[in-house]
Amino acid sequence: MVDTHLASLSNQLMLGAVLVYVVTMVAYAGELAFARRRADAEVPADRPRVLVGAGGPETDEAAETDDAETTEAEAEETDEPASGRRQLDWGRFAILMNVVGWGLHGAEIVTRGMAADRVPWGNMYEFVSAISFAAVTVYLVMLWRYKVNWLGPFLMVAVVIALGIATIWLYNDPGPLRPALHSYWIAIHVTAAVTATGTFTVAGVATALYLIKSFVTVRPGGILSRVPSMEALDTTAHRVIMFAFPIWTFAIIAGAIWADSAWGRYWGWDPKETWSFITWIGYAGYLHARATAGWRGRKAAVVSLIAFGCLLFNFFGINYLVSGLHSYAG
Amino acid sequence: MTTSTDAPEAQTSPQAPRERPVGIGLLGWLRWGWRQLTSMRTALVLLFLVALGTVPGSFLPQRGLAPEKVSQFFQDHKTLAPWMNRLSLFDVFSAPWFAAIYILLFISLAGCVLPRSWQHYQHIRSRPPKAPRNLARLPQTATYETEAAPDEVLAEAAKVLKDRRFRVDSHDDHVAGEKGYLRETGNLVFHLALLVLLFAVGSGAAFGYKGNVIVTEGEGFSNALTSYDAFKGGKAFSSSHLPPFTVWLDSFKAAYLPDGPDRGQPTAFSAKIRYQKDLKTSVRPYDLQVNHPLNIDGARVYLLGHGYAPQFTVRDGKGQIAFQGAVPFLPMNEATYASEGVVKVPDAQPDQLGFIGLFWPTAVPDAQGKVTSAFPAAWNPQVALFAFKGDLGLSNGAPQSVYRLDTAKLKPLLMGNKVKPLAVGNTETLPGGAGSITFNGYRQYITLQVNHDPGRVPALAAGIVAILGIVTSFLVRRRRVWVRARADEGGRTVVEVGGLTLGGATPEFDAIAERLREAAPPTPDEE
Ligand code: HEM
Repeated sequence: MVDTHLASLSNQLMLGAVLVYVVTMVAYAGELAFARRRADAEVPADRPRVLVGAGGPETDEAAETDDAETTEAEAEETDEPASGRRQLDWGRFAILMNVVGWGLHGAEIVTRGMAADRVPWGNMYEFVSAISFAAVTVYLVMLWRYKVNWLGPFLMVAVVIALGIATIWLYNDPGPLRPALHSYWIAIHVTAAVTATGTFTVAGVATALYLIKSFVTVRPGGILSRVPSMEALDTTAHRVIMFAFPIWTFAIIAGAIWADSAWGRYWGWDPKETWSFITWIGYAGYLHARATAGWRGRKAAVVSLIAFGCLLFNFFGINYLVSGLHSYAG
Repeated sequence: MTTSTDAPEAQTSPQAPRERPVGIGLLGWLRWGWRQLTSMRTALVLLFLVALGTVPGSFLPQRGLAPEKVSQFFQDHKTLAPWMNRLSLFDVFSAPWFAAIYILLFISLAGCVLPRSWQHYQHIRSRPPKAPRNLARLPQTATYETEAAPDEVLAEAAKVLKDRRFRVDSHDDHVAGEKGYLRETGNLVFHLALLVLLFAVGSGAAFGYKGNVIVTEGEGFSNALTSYDAFKGGKAFSSSHLPPFTVWLDSFKAAYLPDGPDRGQPTAFSAKIRYQKDLKTSVRPYDLQVNHPLNIDGARVYLLGHGYAPQFTVRDGKGQIAFQGAVPFLPMNEATYASEGVVKVPDAQPDQLGFIGLFWPTAVPDAQGKVTSAFPAAWNPQVALFAFKGDLGLSNGAPQSVYRLDTAKLKPLLMGNKVKPLAVGNTETLPGGAGSITFNGYRQYITLQVNHDPGRVPALAAGIVAILGIVTSFLVRRRRVWVRARADEGGRTVVEVGGLTLGGATPEFDAIAERLREAAPPTPDEE
């Protein structure tokens, strides 16, 4: 049933992916350390090019629009040519390594699935791998679209830690699934849950940076000065959560449909259900808080991080601490 | 509501009014209270309260999910448990305080969304608002000068905006355009769908029912209240709603991993059943599996669990057969299926007999020489029986669990070391001529759940609509663009373009401004 050659190939690919990710992390860190000072990092991003009128955000409505987002990418672009060879090399190398690591990681997941002849998310090791893969994928897409290089080093730290935990403590040989998982819904429900979790992780990193920046005074030339403005961080986190939230909602609904055929009811307050509901409320609360006067900014960021904490707890805490129908951790 | 910032004109109702009602009497207070309740801040707080309220439900044992764990908790925490019980902490999801929170949330949501839907409907039917006096104060602005006459500029602007599917109004000195109504529509649809979802879940629970029953191989079950081992009907349920079907279990098969680190993990369950919808229809076979429930007349039959029912023959003190049959034992350990059960023989003479039994599907001696089970499949089935005689306590009419022996009026016959494991076919003779018990073999049983929930399909539809609504609302942005053109003293035309995008600027504005500027013949000094 289980192809052991493929299984060990998959394990070697995982090892390779982790090593390359570590190199990526170091390269990103090098970029951070040697990059030219970005004096403009702290200046709120400027206005669109065609803008001629001098009107600042005086009206209520204007204050609520966050124009940082479109300009941030441009600011970054104009920044690059002037930034010297050293940075270019480190930055390019980091991205190259990142893509290579991502490829190995993807190959690890595919071979694992082929080895066990099923979707490659059936136990904790595989979930963590898939979630990390989703996070890196989202990051790479955002890198391409929005030039979020600054996110790289921090995300890589998170990914390397996660994959380390997965290989050292959560490892399980590939094997068949238990009967409750024999359903095509595993491909739908778990894929959605894993994608949303990985995406929320990216938002979590951006939000953590936002909060750190809001408390720590930024030294010019320090690491934080290379992270974009707080508005840009906020916008990035918000955008990513807006992407992940519907997917998370979908994962829960798909879970409910599945539960309706596997467990005899579509909702029964099983611990995992309860905590995915709590997580959902947390992110819904964030989206509302961000739009409510008096909650915008730091408070909304805290809500978002609490929601992320609930997500992590749902994943690790519920799988290991509480017994429920959803305990496939074994 | 997610996007109050996006709809400035809708903000009047959902925002929390800060002013207190001063001397305005009962009506004023009511209105004030209603405004408070339907404010977004209140909805937010209620939302967090619901989340917080579910937390104890995930850590404390719940009656609806695991009643046996609740009784265990009561035994372990004799003083604390009754207090927690008073706070409904073992029935969190049906607790009055939990209901209070979500009903308030429901009202708050409805009070916020319904008026806003009405406003939005009117807004969709209205025209784009006229340009503000000073376009330069908008977040996105552009100005340029051209040789073209103001009329031509405005006509061109109207065309450009219409091409981009703006809704356009032309005024004397300016053109106003607006688009992206779908954002608020999607947002409202999402929230309305959540209301429908809550309603569907609630009414489904009220009209539905759920029952559990054990069916042993070779036996059957008919859908009537009395057949169930456990049954729960909603508040509006009546037993006449039960469709009159019958189900028989022919055989059950479980497969397990025979080796490796996950040895004993189940890989497949399948129950061969036959069913009959009612007496007038024919009997049909069905292969009942996890993830493949059987639908009969709106009721759904699920395979929830399984277990072993050892078969016994009990002879009494007079040598007569007092009991013969299979007795379902409850699994104590999911990994080995070591099970426990009770045999009651009220017909035994001269004394009633009772047994507490242990069943091991794959019996092996452990390090101390005691028997344990090594595997969940029945490779070497054995039982051990503790025997009692006396009064089983069945005659006083009080209901008794079939899995518990009331030993108050019973005298132990075989206990401790005298209890020896029996293999299939073995007989244990009871001391003092009280009789004997023979272990004949075993049957398997399955636990079925039958339920009916009329809210499931509406709830699903609402869930799907909610996702579509939120995605639409996240993808679309509402934006307004105004173009004003007036002739200056030098005979040139000054064009001002102003844009307001609710919820963040888009590059679209730049494209429009660029396009207009390109279309207009430039003034000479610009060249
Ligand atoms: C209303 C029902 C359900 C809800 C709300 C739900 C929710 C979730 C969520 C949120 C996750 C992601 C977990 C995390 O990242 O921590 C998840 C994962 C998963 N779900 Fe469900 N689920 C439901 C039903 C089901 C059913 C019926 C099955 C299979 C019988 C199932 C199997 C899985 C598996 C295998 C995973 C990945 C492993 C894990 O994280 O535990 N789920 N579910």
